[in-house]
Amino acid sequence: MSLLELKNISKIYGELKALDNVSIHVDKGEWVAIMGPSGSGKSTMMNIIGCMDKPSSGEVLLDGVDISKESSKALTDIRRDKIGLVFQQFHMVNYLTAVENVMVSQYYHSMPDEEEALEALGRVGLRERARHLPSQLSGGEQQRVCVARALINHPELILADEPTGNLDEANENIVLDLFRQLHDEGTTLIVVTHDPEVAEAAQRTIVLEHGRVAREIINENFGK
Amino acid sequence: MLLKMIRGVLFHQRGKMLLIAFTIALGASLATGMLNVMMDVGDKVNQELKTYGANITVKPKDASLLSDIYDIGENGEAIAASYLREEDLGKIKTIFWAFNIVDFTPFLDTTVTIPDGTPVKTVGTWFNHHLSLPTGEELDAGVVGMRSWWDITAGKWLDEKDANADSEIMVGAVLADQQGWSVGDTVTIKAGQHEKQLVIAGIYDAGGDEDQQIFATLDCVQGLTDREGKVASIEVSAITTPDNELAKRAAKNPQALSSRDYETWYCTAYVSAICYQIQEAIPNSLATAVRQVAEGEGAILEKTQLLMILITALSLVGSALGISNLVTASVMERAQEIGLLKAIGAKDRSITGVIIVEILITALIGGVIGYFMGFGFAQLIGQSVFGSAVEMKLKVIPIVAALITLVTMAGSLPAIRMVLRLRPAEVLHGGH
Repeated sequence: MSLLELKNISKIYGELKALDNVSIHVDKGEWVAIMGPSGSGKSTMMNIIGCMDKPSSGEVLLDGVDISKESSKALTDIRRDKIGLVFQQFHMVNYLTAVENVMVSQYYHSMPDEEEALEALGRVGLRERARHLPSQLSGGEQQRVCVARALINHPELILADEPTGNLDEANENIVLDLFRQLHDEGTTLIVVTHDPEVAEAAQRTIVLEHGRVAREIINENFGK
Repeated sequence: MLLKMIRGVLFHQRGKMLLIAFTIALGASLATGMLNVMMDVGDKVNQELKTYGANITVKPKDASLLSDIYDIGENGEAIAASYLREEDLGKIKTIFWAFNIVDFTPFLDTTVTIPDGTPVKTVGTWFNHHLSLPTGEELDAGVVGMRSWWDITAGKWLDEKDANADSEIMVGAVLADQQGWSVGDTVTIKAGQHEKQLVIAGIYDAGGDEDQQIFATLDCVQGLTDREGKVASIEVSAITTPDNELAKRAAKNPQALSSRDYETWYCTAYVSAICYQIQEAIPNSLATAVRQVAEGEGAILEKTQLLMILITALSLVGSALGISNLVTASVMERAQEIGLLKAIGAKDRSITGVIIVEILITALIGGVIGYFMGFGFAQLIGQSVFGSAVEMKLKVIPIVAALITLVTMAGSLPAIRMVLRLRPAEVLHGGH
């Protein structure tokens, strides 16, 4: 059953077609990687899937509902309720501690719950670092806090943009292990990456080139 | 959570917030200073102008009418039947605006003949006449206060406390020069059947007609003219509020005012209200404002206040521009953080709410500091311009608070617009 379906999506900036008549679907509980070189339209696709941008044409069906014509306010609500975002630059509020950064997401979703936020940090192995400021955490630790923040509201979809792009190998493995755990629990994952090793961790890889879907690769070794 | 975020921003961006607070403090200080001075300047200018003499003259009602209609001279015998009673003078200090009466003095004029046969106008008045009022108040009133600009070129002011004050006179500088008189000389003057030997206590330079006159005590002139207990006119110096439309209407006919307007007018120190109350206190009197002085006060005050309003407005506009730049810079610096909050589900109103609260807290700090700085400015202006302290006007506080809130919000508008337009996708990663 599809959680997300893009139907003939195009995104045009002046004369540039960042996405050109793209159609994809992602099933519930599926782990999909989106790959492609720079300028292939990966980030544009992520912005549209993450409700941070609207397509110039086409439909975006999330849980069967077309959200492509929704207002910015409605898209904010959808993003808050259904999507957990992880960015390459592990954006954090730099004057809040790790646990407070997780609680911010709770605050805008429902109610901050420190114990639950600490549990989420424990899940990414950072409970003992909960009171540290971002400046006191390593890059890998910051990205793990971001993963904890993304999963704290139990979203249906975790959307990660180059989540391991700024991490060393050890931290990359930790983050991928976290994604595996989330996938095992039934969370749908879409990971935008240009790292083949990260893409190979997913069930399926969609390769974008010049704003179009060039090919799809099923990972035969997934789960082995 | 909200408090943690606000506290975090205030602490994390303390340098920028201090600059914003400083900008607000500057605007608030100028607004406070100007408003305090503006509200106090009326009294200050009035007090300054009072040193230039009376602003109210009181005459017998009949005499005033005759004088106005037939242009009969002030000392003309034709109106000799109309006088005010000297004993009523103290009542001037019993009116509603008694504390605004700075000084007053009676006049009784006559023409005397000096030894060479020249007729000379002699003015009987109080110099520093001591009064004990029924209210228990003790005061000295007279021309010493009412003619403070006189230059005593020789001798001294005639002192009514001296036992022989009634046999002393003060002589105008021109007359003294013409007659070759000097201080200590005895002059024989004749008025009708009366003749008196009077000693010159002082010679004054008034810079006008009074330099050719003789000033003697009221008792002395009353004796010379057989008008014991009578005065021809009174000059009053009062601190007044500049006239407005209500005062002008009241000056025409106070009875035509509504009871509410009448009460407002009566309880405001308009020159017309004070005149009206003097007429109530002194029987058969007509008190009139010396228009030039009253209008001069109004014009000076209006211009001074307009200038201060302009300075206040300009300082607030300057503050708004400064705040606008600083808040916009602060928001630009936090673009990623704001984008992140939007990305994780914060609504525009939540984010703008946090920013407004941060700015208002900063404005409160800046405003309080600015208020006290401004009060210091006001004292500086008061001391350097008027030589006295400026009273702290409590009503300035809400006005400054409202102005600072308005200016801060106006200055924050560009930044808030920027927040509303900020798209998370543009600041969290590339757009393509």
